[in-house]
Amino acid sequence: MNCLLTGIGGQGIVFASKLISQTAMNAGKKVRTAETIGMAQRGGSVVSHVRVGDGTVSPLIGKGHADVIIAFEPGEALRVSDYLAPTGVMIVSDQGVQSPADALTKKEYRIEEYLDELNHLPQQVIILSGQAIRDILKSSKVLNVALVGAACGAGKLDCSLEELEETIEVLAPQKFVDLNKRALKVGYDLAN
Amino acid sequence: MQTKFLMGNQAIAYAAYAAGVNIACGYPGTPSTEIIETFAKIRDDESYVEWSINEKAAMEVAAGASMAGARTIVTMKQVGLNVASDPLMSLSYLGVKGGMVIIVADDPGPISSQTEQDTRTFAEFSKVPLFDPSTPEEAYDMVFEAFELSEKYHTPVFIRPTTRVCHGYAQIALRQKTHHAISGFTKSPQWVIFPKLSYEAHKAIEERNNVLSSEFSHDHLNTIEGTGKFGIATSGISYAYVKEALKDLNINARILKISTPFPFPEEKTREFFDEVHEVLVFEELDPYIERHLLQVAATHNCEVNILGKLTGNVQRAGELSQESIHHTLTDFFGLGSINERVTPESAVALPVRPPALCAGCPHRGSFYIVKRATKGKKAVYSGDIGCYTLGNSAPLDMVDTCLCMGAGITMAQGLHRAEPDAYNIAFIGDSTFFASGITGVINAVYNQTDITIILVDNSTTAMTGGQPHPGTAQTMMNTTSARFNMEELLGALKVSFVTTANPFDIDGSTAIVEQALRVKGVSVVIFKAPCIQLFKSVSTVVVDAEACTGCLRCVTQLGCPALSLDGDKVKIDQGLCNGCGLCQQICTFDALKSKELM
Repeated sequence: MNCLLTGIGGQGIVFASKLISQTAMNAGKKVRTAETIGMAQRGGSVVSHVRVGDGTVSPLIGKGHADVIIAFEPGEALRVSDYLAPTGVMIVSDQGVQSPADALTKKEYRIEEYLDELNHLPQQVIILSGQAIRDILKSSKVLNVALVGAACGAGKLDCSLEELEETIEVLAPQKFVDLNKRALKVGYDLAN
Repeated sequence: MQTKFLMGNQAIAYAAYAAGVNIACGYPGTPSTEIIETFAKIRDDESYVEWSINEKAAMEVAAGASMAGARTIVTMKQVGLNVASDPLMSLSYLGVKGGMVIIVADDPGPISSQTEQDTRTFAEFSKVPLFDPSTPEEAYDMVFEAFELSEKYHTPVFIRPTTRVCHGYAQIALRQKTHHAISGFTKSPQWVIFPKLSYEAHKAIEERNNVLSSEFSHDHLNTIEGTGKFGIATSGISYAYVKEALKDLNINARILKISTPFPFPEEKTREFFDEVHEVLVFEELDPYIERHLLQVAATHNCEVNILGKLTGNVQRAGELSQESIHHTLTDFFGLGSINERVTPESAVALPVRPPALCAGCPHRGSFYIVKRATKGKKAVYSGDIGCYTLGNSAPLDMVDTCLCMGAGITMAQGLHRAEPDAYNIAFIGDSTFFASGITGVINAVYNQTDITIILVDNSTTAMTGGQPHPGTAQTMMNTTSARFNMEELLGALKVSFVTTANPFDIDGSTAIVEQALRVKGVSVVIFKAPCIQLFKSVSTVVVDAEACTGCLRCVTQLGCPALSLDGDKVKIDQGLCNGCGLCQQICTFDALKSKELM
């Protein structure tokens, strides 16, 4: 199972990636991951690769080989769309983030164009309303976990919702365990 | 046996700990930083760890300890080895007593570096043996082998992971910790480098490296797998890409994997040549393996065609990837359209996201203020290495040169000698200043050069994730040392004008910089404010939409990531804004208001 996570630094990608890889390891599977570290972290695009199963040597997923892409930003989703396998599924939060460089040149961020392109991909693309998820959960802190729940609901994470919940109990700070679990369930149901 | 999910760099630190390392030192630099950080977290009372002032100091601290019989590791990024090359070259001749492993992280791409230099070539130049891991697991195991080799042959030994190995995670089976007793320093002429000794040592090193080449040929680390007349020679992370690309394309190849590029395993290579007629070499950075294959083939009259970077079959610069190897192989075998994109190319322009200074970063204010103070003047801004290199991008556009650590201050002097009618201004961060800026200041004072230095002091080594340094007085041993006061230090260096300024006070600090520019000789303005990653902000700025005229002065002059467009007006991301107040000061319509956070 190859899962690519993408977005912008600070959106909770590292935690989401940890949630998926720890769940796979709890099930006794072999895992390799890779993160973006260094200069690119400063406001740039951030990509995390999670590879589960025997036989992988490289920590990086090859183009056309991602079973699932979890994207925290539509433009970033489009940037990595060629990593998606023909049978892969993409989970996308519909909330766009304009880049400072584009703001500077007064280039408008046209979210409809990105969403339209994503909807025209030959693979299955599930676009979730980030605002709706926030409203249901009354929190803006766990959108990342909800998107992982959605990837699981789409049947692409090679693990069950219960397994993810068990991992959350260990990974999340005690007082946020329930909120994180609800986020998983909300995402799961939206994509199932 | 315990298994842990570790980043390559963490795996190296765990291995160093288990190998009984007594002394670990290094200087931060992506992609090597996490080795020392991890070692400091997991070490016990038997070991010592430090962030040294720079890589040269780290190499020398480790060399001294190793001569006293301690097991040592030194860590740095590839360009750090340039700084440490003086002690390295001589240490190779002197040798060591306790095992000494030098970990140098290379950065193909480059992703976070100035150069695409290859430490394998440096190993050959310095005659120091080198291990090249292709996975975090291999990196872990190689640390133990490197120490054994180092102690057996009394030589420092390199391990050279690349970014993808340093920052890739894998499950590592941890070994039991072993204890290494420090034997103590024994006085002997062997530790004093003299021409006579160097001549003898040189002879011995060449002989030893011949022995090592032979030993490495029988080492389990250098492998030949598969059969056939078509061969691939590879190493490091490229091996991983090769394996996956071959599987994808269903191509059979005989693979030579080189894990000890120096001394090169010549006999193993001849064994590889026995079957193959044609070899593609996949390696990042220099055509190092390719050159050695050519040399072995020429020396032994092997009938084999060797293709790679030198023949134009493989890209000369940048990272390799599964795709690039896939392309090279399909081209080579004439497989045509097998690698068609699954997903069509996007028709719309994607958002451009170059790295940028964080919202609330004090450097933004420093650059903006100096820009204002030099408006209309002929000025050249020499930058340096750190987050503040990002001051180069629009709209600040305040970095005209950037060469290497500490070069800003000295280059400004050269620029001024050549063009005395210009204002020459050098920006340098606090950690870089301690690492290699101080000698440049003394050079300027001694030679009476007229430059202005802007010391952007954010109380940390920010670009690499926030490491302490002499200005913070915190050590990796959890102690507090005497804190260096920048003003006192610069005063002691006989800088005639030194003032501290606030990077968030545009008017007040512009006046200070203007004053510094009028000084003949060396002047320094210290812009002091902590990196915004070090604390939680207590306020943000919100837009008064009624008052905002949409002039977008704030957006176009500051380039702050928290500011974006909302139709014709500015919008401030409340999650990113740190309430630094710069945008408020440049708003002429009083449309940006402070908002206290609970």
